[in-house]
Amino acid sequence: MERGNFILRKLGFAVLTLGAVMVFNFVLFRILPGDPIKLIIHSPRMTREAQERIRANFGLDKPVWFDVERLKEGDILGAFDSQFTAYIRNLFRGDLGVSFATRKDVSDLLKERVWRTVVLVMGGDVIAIVAGMALGLIAAWKRGTRLDAGILLGALFSWALPTFFLGIILLILARGWLPVGGMATPGLKPEDGLEYWLDVGKHLILPTITMAIVFTGEYILIMRSGVMEVLTQDYILTAKAKGLSTFRVLRDHALKNAMLPMVTMIALTFGYTVGGAIQVETVFSWPGLGRLMYEAVQKRDYPVLQGTFLLLAVSVIIANLLAEILYSVLDPRVQPE
Amino acid sequence: MAAAVKQYFRSPMGMTGLVMLLLVVLVAVFAPWLAPYNPKDMVHVQPEEILAPPDGQHWLGRDDAGKDVLSLLIYGARVSLVVGFTASFMSMIIGTTVGLTAGYFGGRFGNISMRFVDFLMVIPDLPLMLVIIAVMGRGLLNIILVIGLLGWTYTARLVRSQVLSVKERQFVLRAHSLGASDWRIILRHVLPLVLPLIIAQAVLDISVAILAESSLAFLGLGDPTLISWGSMLNFAFERAISRQAWWFILPPGFAIVWVSLSLILIGNTLDQIVNPRLRSHHLFDPRGMVALVVGGLVLPRRHEPAEAEQGREAGA
Repeated sequence: MERGNFILRKLGFAVLTLGAVMVFNFVLFRILPGDPIKLIIHSPRMTREAQERIRANFGLDKPVWFDVERLKEGDILGAFDSQFTAYIRNLFRGDLGVSFATRKDVSDLLKERVWRTVVLVMGGDVIAIVAGMALGLIAAWKRGTRLDAGILLGALFSWALPTFFLGIILLILARGWLPVGGMATPGLKPEDGLEYWLDVGKHLILPTITMAIVFTGEYILIMRSGVMEVLTQDYILTAKAKGLSTFRVLRDHALKNAMLPMVTMIALTFGYTVGGAIQVETVFSWPGLGRLMYEAVQKRDYPVLQGTFLLLAVSVIIANLLAEILYSVLDPRVQPE
Repeated sequence: MAAAVKQYFRSPMGMTGLVMLLLVVLVAVFAPWLAPYNPKDMVHVQPEEILAPPDGQHWLGRDDAGKDVLSLLIYGARVSLVVGFTASFMSMIIGTTVGLTAGYFGGRFGNISMRFVDFLMVIPDLPLMLVIIAVMGRGLLNIILVIGLLGWTYTARLVRSQVLSVKERQFVLRAHSLGASDWRIILRHVLPLVLPLIIAQAVLDISVAILAESSLAFLGLGDPTLISWGSMLNFAFERAISRQAWWFILPPGFAIVWVSLSLILIGNTLDQIVNPRLRSHHLFDPRGMVALVVGGLVLPRRHEPAEAEQGREAGA
C-alpha cells in the first residue's frame, strides 16, 4: 500500500515534469525574436495571400494562449482554439512539425535516428558499467595501495576531460586503422547484408569507446565507495571468519550489496549520457539524435531542435521514474513515508 | 580557521591544484603582456602560413587563419575563467538563498522549492543549454546566465540538508528563545556554519561551468566575438584535423583539462577539510547523495538523482 502511494506520487511528479517541459518548449520557441514566418518565407516575391496561407498552415494566425475576444462572446470552447492547444494536440498525435532545413517531418527524422543513439549509448554504458564495476571493486579491495591511487587518479582525470576532446584525441590516434566518421562506408547499403552491418559495427567502435571511457570514471567512483561501505559491515567479517576466500567474500557478499546502488545509478546517469552523446556524435559524425541536434543548431532549424529536445527530456524523465520505482522495489530499506 | 588554512597548505593535492590554478589566473590577467601577438590584429597570411607547424616565431604554430596559436591560447584563458567564476558565483548565491530558506522555513515553501529543484535536475543539462542559447543568442552574458541559472540546484540541496540539521542545534534554539529574528538566526548562526561547505562546492562548480562553456563553444554556441578554448577546438575540429595540425588541436583541449583538474583538486581538498562528515562511510547514499565520496575524494555531481525518498523531512 505504502509502496503504491510512493509510486503514485512519483508518477504524479513525472507527469507534472513532462507537462512543464512541454510548456517550456512551447514558450521558449515562441520568444524567438521576430516573426517566425520569416524563417520559412525566403522570397520577398511571395504574395500576401500565400504568406497568410502559410501562417494559417502553421496555426500562426491563432492567438498564442487564448482568444479573449471569443471568450467575451461567450464561446468558451472556441476561446481555447489557440497556438498552445494546437501544439499540445499535435504533440499527442506525434506531429512535431516540419524541419525548416529538409522539409521532412520532424517525427520521421527522430524515428530514423533514435535507435542509432540508443545503440551508441547502450553500448558505451554497458562497457562502462562492466569496467567501472571491476575497477571500482579492485580499488576498494586494494584500498590505500598504489593500484587504488592509480585507478582513482584515472577516474579523476576522466572527470576533468571534456567528452568532445577525448573523442578528438581518439579520432587522431585511430585515424588510418579505424573508420572515424559516419555510420557506414559510402556505397555500402543495408541490402548488402552482413557486410554492411559489420561495417556499421566498425564505425561504432570509436564513438562507443569514447562514451565508455567518459562514463567509466564515474562508475568506478560509485562502485568503489559502495564496496568500501559494504566492507565495513559485520557480515563481511562473519564471512571472512567462516574462512571464505577473498574472491568468494567479494563475489557473494560485497558485490551483491554494492550492486544495489549501481543498478539505479545506471538509469539515473541517463541525463548525463544524453549530453555525452551529443558531443560524441558530433565528433564522429554518427547520425543519431545528438548529431541531429548539432546540425539543427548550426542551421537554426528550430522545429528539429524543439522536437529533439523534447524527445531527450521525455526519455530522461521516464528513465528517472523507472529508476526510482526500481530502487524502491530492490531496496527494502527505502521506506516510503 | 587558521588550522584549516594550515591543513590546506599541508595537502599536496590542494597545493598542486592551487599552483595550477594560479598559473592560469596569472596568464589570463597578464594576457596582453604574455601573448607574443594580439589575436585581434590583422595578419597578412601567405598560403603556406595557414596551419603552419611550430617554429621559433610561433611556438605553437599557426591556426587556420594564420594566427599565432599560443596567443589565442593565452587570451582564451580569460573567457574560461570569467565564465567559470561568474556562473559559479551566481549559482552559489541562488543555491544558498534557496537552500537556506527552504531548509529553515520548510513547510509548503520549502517543499515547492525542492520540487522545483527536482524538476531542474531531471532535465538533461546540455540539451537544455543548447536550445536556450540557440534561441536567445550566443553572447557571453547569455552563456553565463544559462550556466549560472541552471547550476544552482546541487548547492541548494546541499545547503538545505545542512540547515535542517543545524537548525535543531541548541544554540539556534537558544537564539530563538532570546528573541532573535529568523533572518538574524539564518545570517548570524546558520550561514557561517554552512559557508565553508558552500565555498568548497562553488569551487567544484567553477570546473563544471568551464566544462559546460567549452562544450557549448565546441558545438558552435560560443560567443562569436571572443576567443575561447572551446571555440578554438570547434575551429580546429572543423579545419585542422584533416591537416593533422595537432599543435592547433591539442593545446586548447589540454588547457581545459588543466584548469578543470586544478579546480577539482582544490575543491576536493577544501571539502575534506571543512566537511569532516565526508570521512565517515555513511555518505554513500544514492538517493540524497551529499557528494560523491571516494575515500576522501569528493567530486561534484554533474547530475543528481532525484531523491527516491522524496521529502523525508517534508513535514519539517
